[in-house]
Amino acid sequence: MRVTVIDYKAGNLASVLKALRHLGAEVEVTDADLGPLARAQRIVLPGVGHFAATKRLDVNGLTTCVRSAIARGVPFLGICVGMQWLYAGSSEAPEQAGLGHFPQLCSRFPECEQKVPHVGWNSLAAREGSKLLNGVGSGEFVYFTHSYKAPVTGDTAAEAFYIEPFAAAVERDNVMGVQFHPEKSGETGLKILRNFLEVEPC
Amino acid sequence: MLTKRIIACLDVRDGRVVKGVQFVDLIDAGDPATQAARHAREGADEIVLLDITATHEGRRTLLETVRTTAVELFVPFTVGGGIRTARDAEQVFEAGADKVSVNSAALADPSLIDAIGRTFGAQAVVVAIDARRDPGAADPVREAQVYVQGGRRPVGRTVVEWAREAEARGAGEILLTSMDSDGTRAGFDCELTAAVSEAVRIPVIASGGAGTVAHFADVFSLGKADAALAASIFHFGVSSARALKQELVAAGVPVRLPC
Repeated sequence: MRVTVIDYKAGNLASVLKALRHLGAEVEVTDADLGPLARAQRIVLPGVGHFAATKRLDVNGLTTCVRSAIARGVPFLGICVGMQWLYAGSSEAPEQAGLGHFPQLCSRFPECEQKVPHVGWNSLAAREGSKLLNGVGSGEFVYFTHSYKAPVTGDTAAEAFYIEPFAAAVERDNVMGVQFHPEKSGETGLKILRNFLEVEPC
Repeated sequence: MLTKRIIACLDVRDGRVVKGVQFVDLIDAGDPATQAARHAREGADEIVLLDITATHEGRRTLLETVRTTAVELFVPFTVGGGIRTARDAEQVFEAGADKVSVNSAALADPSLIDAIGRTFGAQAVVVAIDARRDPGAADPVREAQVYVQGGRRPVGRTVVEWAREAEARGAGEILLTSMDSDGTRAGFDCELTAAVSEAVRIPVIASGGAGTVAHFADVFSLGKADAALAASIFHFGVSSARALKQELVAAGVPVRLPC
């Protein structure tokens, strides 16, 4: 199966590409070129780093392209900042709007005794019926590294807990996001990426 | 629940894993890619590859070793040793590393931390600090000194102050090695680790001195470490990450058990 991965120069793409290829995907990388998105069968938006980096998506016209791909029913997976971008925005870069597919805002973990960023392996509590987390048992661990997070809502596919509950994964029809790094989460992460590769277009 | 991380460290020289006591008497401990894959399979939460010859002999990090090690590795992978510029870091990322560890080059030019963090994100920058207690100081722990050149030369800065500066410049984690404990298998320096962990808001990885399961339990509780590095304990079949973690669970330490 073919996967189109958007390169918007936010952190390191190599690990995501490596994991997708390991699973047998035919990977196509695009940055400024909108053609691959127009005919994409599946789209992955990776990303680590700062929410402000998503500005590049607007400048290149990628945002509009992604919006129409999503409307066509193309399965979409956002990773880390790529997930946060699916929301209306983030307090990390208030001037930068997200896609707004989910209406909430992302925010920083509250200040307290515990350290921020949240770095390391934390357990998932997946909701029944998630396509993305199919076969992922409660309490399986995945790797996180982030200071901002999305709130738990009706679209949350998996919760995790650090300082407070937050959305570790979001899913509504063909639009999915994970706050953790499936490409760095061992067998559990590979299982989640494999699930994404097997999701049928809507 | 966020777990404590057990990080397998591979000291690499000339493309081979080596281990010595206090950075001398090095002996061969295998192929990096094979070792990394085995540690990940057995439940290591991350892999760190340190090219220990790079700084001494001015050699570049072994990009080919990084590439072959990264190919089938699906846990976080940190590479250190000989990274002197943002361009060096970029090459290591392109070869498949998720994080770079910088040490003496960041001491010589602290803006290296800012530069790498700006391009690749704070989560990709680990600042490694080689530390020794200062026995002559009023508080040997809080005034522990930063060393370079494999623990041979003090740079005239305290560990706590340098860790704080690294954090302020955008480091994502601190890798703290006690040169007093390294290779001794007599236990981590828990007091020093706690002093640094309390001084910063970013995770601190404790290193140097792992010998028994109790040492790990101690550095997570007394030492307030977020993660701990182990090298010699995993080599030569002495122990595995799996065995270590099973015992840590029994001791009440939250860790991720491998599938």
